[in-house]
Amino acid sequence: MNSLATVFSIGFHGVAFAMVLYLISVGLSVTMGMMGFVNLAHGVFAMAGGYVMTSLMNRHGLPLPAALALATVAVAAASLPVERLLYRRLYGGDELDQVLLTMGLVFMSGAAAQYLCGALQQPLRLPPGLNGGVRLGFGEVPAYDGLLIICGALLVTALWLGIERSRFGAKIRAAVDNLRMAQSLGIDTSRLFSLTFALGSGLAALGGGLGAALITITPGYALDNLVYFLVVVAIGGLGNIRGPFLAALLVGVADSACKYLVPQFGAFLIYAMTLAILLWRPRGLFGRA
Amino acid sequence: MLGRGADAVAAPVASTATVEGFARRHRFRPYEALPWVAALSAYFLFPGYLPLAAQILATILFALSADLVLGYAGIVTLGQAAFFGTGAYTAGLLAAHGWGEPLTGLAAAGAAAAAVGFLSGLVILRSTGLSLLMQTLVVAALLGEAANKASGVTGGDDGLQGMQMWPLLGHFEFGLYGRTAFFYCLAVLFLCWLAVRRIVHSAFGRSLTGIRENVARMHAIGAPVVWRRLTAYTISAALAGISGGLIAQTTGFVALDSLSLERSGTVLIMLIIGGVGRLYGAFIGVPLYMVAQDRFSSIEPVYWYFWIGLLMVLLVTFARGGVLGLLDRLRRR
Repeated sequence: MNSLATVFSIGFHGVAFAMVLYLISVGLSVTMGMMGFVNLAHGVFAMAGGYVMTSLMNRHGLPLPAALALATVAVAAASLPVERLLYRRLYGGDELDQVLLTMGLVFMSGAAAQYLCGALQQPLRLPPGLNGGVRLGFGEVPAYDGLLIICGALLVTALWLGIERSRFGAKIRAAVDNLRMAQSLGIDTSRLFSLTFALGSGLAALGGGLGAALITITPGYALDNLVYFLVVVAIGGLGNIRGPFLAALLVGVADSACKYLVPQFGAFLIYAMTLAILLWRPRGLFGRA
Repeated sequence: MLGRGADAVAAPVASTATVEGFARRHRFRPYEALPWVAALSAYFLFPGYLPLAAQILATILFALSADLVLGYAGIVTLGQAAFFGTGAYTAGLLAAHGWGEPLTGLAAAGAAAAAVGFLSGLVILRSTGLSLLMQTLVVAALLGEAANKASGVTGGDDGLQGMQMWPLLGHFEFGLYGRTAFFYCLAVLFLCWLAVRRIVHSAFGRSLTGIRENVARMHAIGAPVVWRRLTAYTISAALAGISGGLIAQTTGFVALDSLSLERSGTVLIMLIIGGVGRLYGAFIGVPLYMVAQDRFSSIEPVYWYFWIGLLMVLLVTFARGGVLGLLDRLRRR
């Protein structure tokens, strides 16, 4: 019974972490798949979401939901000019230039965050109800993890329905599948890119804010967690919104299990798993050939 | 894709001038002496900065290794730190466990890094594009996490301490003023540069350029593409390892960040600032970056990253091809 409770608790925490990873990484997968852009700066939007949310809560006393919503909208809006002015010129261009641009943005945002908010981790004051645990079947689980899973599940459902059912979603899928054909059909891909980019950045901000207790908000956020976001995208396959979800579940649960059961290995096993998967399927588990 | 080098031009029918140009391209030109003249004059002009100058020279070698794999073989890598760190830890561990002889330590560093490069290249070089980029990154992350967790051997987060270096050639002590370190790094860099120069101008180097520019055609004419790429990757790894070894030996310390993504990223940045695939980008980008870092850090240590980030963004937006690319464009005008 005890070992069952351990498995349950590892799994529960892993799924909560996976939700955060997915929200942050899904936009990266779509923009990388659609625009063929090596966007190493995606974590910057998640970090910005976390910073805006925590400072709205800590300095202006907003409640968590309002702060989170404001942060999401603000980051999505702020990402529009970034895409238009900086990213756009490099679509379909040299990977090296993309690496240089996005690494530059990572460096700038880290320094700016440190200038504005200091080098320390941003405190997240959760509402009292979220601090404790909740009794579920096999034992007690943290209420915060439960909230993450519920929010994550709702958002994922909404996102999938939106991409599968709406006209906007159909355009995105068309542009990912065959960009030139989509353009010849009269789809305004330039506008589509902007909106998709903003959607991806907004989701990343939402993930960064929601997950602020799991992935702590520090100036090094975008660089320190970059490998994890890229791992989710690489395992999940580019230009696809379901692959990264399963990849995030895999990485989240594996990470939770490794940290609990074999802490002496740290993230080593996650990286080893990623390498093995990429060697076996270079386009990721769910990527199209 | 990366064909911004001067050697990327191929006329459909080779004119006499083109043929002569190819025949002469490996000859030494007067401007090639410039970096060495500059290095020697730096020795006399800035005697107080010799430790920094030695770091710059060793880092130029690191950037040169990245140029070989990136600019010539066309392998976009974010994991060059894997080899740098392997070399640094090899040289560091040898010196910390009673073998402080610099030259053999450096050879061991190069050999260990070459072994890591060969083995990892053997498995990852079959992929291309983003998957390859990710795999190079993951290999470095794997080694970094291993070094972090094996803190009993590597010192983990605190870095490797207690290195005891013996005098160079049994005679020259590594002193406080860094004279030995300076000439040691200069000599090693010079020899490695000669080797790289020879490689890129050889038939092997030409075929690397061919693979970078048109893989399908190289396959079609029967070039052993995979082995050529693996060879270039291994040589580049060895050079990066020697560079890591140099820095470990001359500073007497190995930090965990020698295996980090940041290290892989900054060497790319320094190289791109100078210009990729030109053999001399490293000699321009690295001193620019490191001298600026040194100056800025003494004023505002934290916000250095803001300014270098801004410089990178501006560079991509307005000055593609780095400093050498800019000079090319000015000359054509």
